[in-house]
Amino acid sequence: MLKKCIIAIFIIVCFVLQCSVFDSLSFAGIIPNLMIILTSSFGFMCGEKYGLVIGFVCGLLSDIFFGSFLGFYALLLMYIGYVNGKFCKIFYPEDIKLPLALIVVSDLSYGIICYVLTFMLRGKFQFTYYFAHVILPEALYTIVVTLFLYPLILKVNEKLENRKEH
Amino acid sequence: MSPVVKRKGEKFTLPSKYLLFILTILCTAMMLITFGTDAFNRPLNTVVGYVIIPFQRGIGRVGEWLSNRSEELVQIRTLLDENARLKAEVAALTEENTLLQQDKYELNRLQELFELSEQYASYHKVGARIIGRDSGNWYSAFVIDKGEEDGLEVDMNVIAGGGLVGRITSVGPNWARVTSIISDNSHVSAMTLSTEDNMTVSGDLKQMANGCITFKQLMDGQDMVREGDKVVTSDISDKYLPNILIGYISAIDKDANNLTKSGQIVPAVDFEHLGEVLVITDRKQTAEEN
Repeated sequence: MLKKCIIAIFIIVCFVLQCSVFDSLSFAGIIPNLMIILTSSFGFMCGEKYGLVIGFVCGLLSDIFFGSFLGFYALLLMYIGYVNGKFCKIFYPEDIKLPLALIVVSDLSYGIICYVLTFMLRGKFQFTYYFAHVILPEALYTIVVTLFLYPLILKVNEKLENRKEH
Repeated sequence: MSPVVKRKGEKFTLPSKYLLFILTILCTAMMLITFGTDAFNRPLNTVVGYVIIPFQRGIGRVGEWLSNRSEELVQIRTLLDENARLKAEVAALTEENTLLQQDKYELNRLQELFELSEQYASYHKVGARIIGRDSGNWYSAFVIDKGEEDGLEVDMNVIAGGGLVGRITSVGPNWARVTSIISDNSHVSAMTLSTEDNMTVSGDLKQMANGCITFKQLMDGQDMVREGDKVVTSDISDKYLPNILIGYISAIDKDANNLTKSGQIVPAVDFEHLGEVLVITDRKQTAEEN
């Protein structure tokens, strides 16, 4: 129960930060994707179910505020969380390479799917432009933020796990 | 034995692949339903309005305070120079003002003669503060701190600094989402002020970095439209009120079909530094509403 409350607070804080604070910290108009960091890190730390539910909630928030119809981001982030959950078995807290790799791959695939479904289908075919100016910068910026945010998530998760064992 | 069946003494849990399946169906259904209608908008908008908006408001206020303080420090020096310059300008303007007042007197007299109605000066407006920006990098939308409780509705036009910002696309009790005209999925029916030629103005992610938006399908048979011409919302738009300034034409190209033209417009509004906006609460009347 405590874990769920803390995750909910994490989601709300990250969403609000992404909409307000990171907007003024944007480089060349690009903001990092905190929702991906949350979804995939809880995915590979706590398993498929946590990943998919957190992805669903994060996506639904983006949908309600900024989507033109409901469910698109929710579906996308839910699958990203689920796939990340598959890596739960080979995840060790000491290892930072796997989390970083997973988050980059998640963010890149998120960007590419967004491009294909909402831009390419409207006849905007300059993939290289969008990849170089939106998808790649977003992934890089997300990685920089991950270096600060991920240790925090990991600490909180470890504390919660220890509590459960006692 | 099926994993869903409950065994005795075991806590019931749903395997994640079933949960994934159920939520996938839920999402797909939601997408299909909300694509055409706005069935879920009201309850969901209300819920997030009370959970997220208070945080956003708080952070918005803190951020504004901080940026105001830092701006003040920077500005003090420039203000001193500016003050001296402005004093000289005031003298010049006073003289100009007397001349203009004479002109205005004349204009009033002429307007009475022509019985021109002043409908564009009489829109009702509500001021609102921006409290959140789009969480992704693909589109450009923002959240303002007024909603249904302040009388806002979907499709109301939003302006700032004399130019068109966009229109409201979703409302909650205490918030509203504004899709701006520079967003890649936005299209506005517009016309040039001088020749009244119609065109479609669309936002474009590629041009957003240059601070431009694009226009296309401009019929300009007599080659009268020039760079620098004013572009305003057209009379035939069903979402936007007529004659709101959009921007100025910065480049014109002839299309391959030799009939229409396309090009770029510099918006009148500075979208990078937008803090407060005005919402016009008069909506364009359409035939079905009457």
